[in-house]
Amino acid sequence: MNYILHLGTFFGIYAILGISLNLLVGGTGLIWIAHAAIFGLGAYVLALLMTKVALNFFLAAFLGMCIAGIVGCIAAWVFARLSGDYYMLASVAFNYIIVSVFINWESLTNGPLGISGISRPSLFGISFAGNESFFALTFLFLGLVYVSARLIMHSSFGRVIKAIREDEEAIRVFGYHTLLYKIMISGIAAAMAALAGALFASYIAFIDPSNFHVMESIFILGIVVVGGFASIRGSLLGALILVLLPEVLRFAGFPQDISAHMQQLVYGIVLILFMLYRPQGLIGEYKF
Amino acid sequence: MTHNKDMTILEIKNLQKHFGGVYAVDGLSLKIEKGRITALVGPNGSGKSTLINVLTGLLPIDGGVVAVRGAELQYIVSQKIPDYGITRTFQNVRLFEQMPVLDNILLILTERNVFGALFERHGESHLKKAEEVLRLVGLWEKRSELAINLSYGQRKLLEIGRAYAMNSDIYLFDEPFSGLFPAMVKTVEEVFHALKASGKTIILVEHDMGLIRRLTDYVFVLDSGKLLAEGIPDEVLGRKEVVEAYLGE
Repeated sequence: MNYILHLGTFFGIYAILGISLNLLVGGTGLIWIAHAAIFGLGAYVLALLMTKVALNFFLAAFLGMCIAGIVGCIAAWVFARLSGDYYMLASVAFNYIIVSVFINWESLTNGPLGISGISRPSLFGISFAGNESFFALTFLFLGLVYVSARLIMHSSFGRVIKAIREDEEAIRVFGYHTLLYKIMISGIAAAMAALAGALFASYIAFIDPSNFHVMESIFILGIVVVGGFASIRGSLLGALILVLLPEVLRFAGFPQDISAHMQQLVYGIVLILFMLYRPQGLIGEYKF
Repeated sequence: MTHNKDMTILEIKNLQKHFGGVYAVDGLSLKIEKGRITALVGPNGSGKSTLINVLTGLLPIDGGVVAVRGAELQYIVSQKIPDYGITRTFQNVRLFEQMPVLDNILLILTERNVFGALFERHGESHLKKAEEVLRLVGLWEKRSELAINLSYGQRKLLEIGRAYAMNSDIYLFDEPFSGLFPAMVKTVEEVFHALKASGKTIILVEHDMGLIRRLTDYVFVLDSGKLLAEGIPDEVLGRKEVVEAYLGE
């Protein structure tokens, strides 16, 4: 049972990451390969506030979301003049910068050794320390993120975001200040990713910079690619497949010493096959 | 038909746009009167589409001034052009391709403010207006199709419908009739008549002289970015220098 709850909790965290990245990537069409850095920002803010100042999980997570949201807005503003490959490369560089801050600001982050002893949430005497209750909390947040994302994508704002993806210059001619829209969606996506980071840090009780490298960003992008661009339900499906895939491979009979490498290989092949034969993902509404 | 200063809705004064050493618009000055359909004609490369792109902020002004709604503009920001009552279509159709036809119109009708848009869902009034527009251009039955799946002519009509939905004062149409079947040409003419009947101003880039004679009230002929001639179509289009500019000496 604990194994199922563990997988379910990881699915919930990665589904939040997939949904939030899909708002940005599926919405605006900008390929953002730095979501793990924002995810890490949420995790680190929570870990620091809980371990150093004993702040409550919910308040620490909220502050992490605010800080990540502001960083997301600033990144969107700084990268506003970039598009296509240049934007993608800049986002990779951004991921490296954030991770190197995690590694090198040792007095705050404890560097490569990471932060341990992060506790599980509790609120008004209700503890979420058990795996069942943490699973329920993760799904509660996933539900909130899912509903928020659907409301956003079905609002007038969501329609504008998609139009920016299609032809930003053309939509400007009709009176839309597209930069503000891109800043707003980046801020929202970052805040959601930070929430996933807070859940992750609290769940595994220990974080270090290696959790938030560019490879992790590519994994999160993989959730969007597999599930489908601009499809919120697709992100759920993508997270389910990519979180469960290693578990399936675990039972595929690969020798223990090459099992981890085989997982990376299979991830890579899956992504290539999707880009070749199903560029809109499983239930996506948009093709790159 | 002469210019009446009080009727001028848009004035271009000594406008310049160059690409390196090539002057696409070269010291152009002209006045557009309110409520007229005005044609911009001239051979390829004469600066017509460049002028439209400059007027809508897609290309920066290199010199001169655009006067509209009491403002003298030396720099135009594209997202501000609706504030000056201007909208446009593009020479090469630019729709929001992977969005439904209906959404292409709803975009024009809904909230511009980023916070307002976040909390707005399109309502009955938006749908009613979108239906009116799509019926006008004959695309209501296609409302759920992705724009990318429309035929070329339908795509042109959708773009014209999108401009119509803006309810602007000045409409810049860049070759709206090119590549259209006769039935579609008639639809676009009906849109033009509807706009003119409601006092709107149309600036039309077009090569079909028959259409220009039939539809427009006034013509500016451009050649190499300069004004070659202006006047009523029947009088201007027969002039020797205009024919030579089109056909060569």
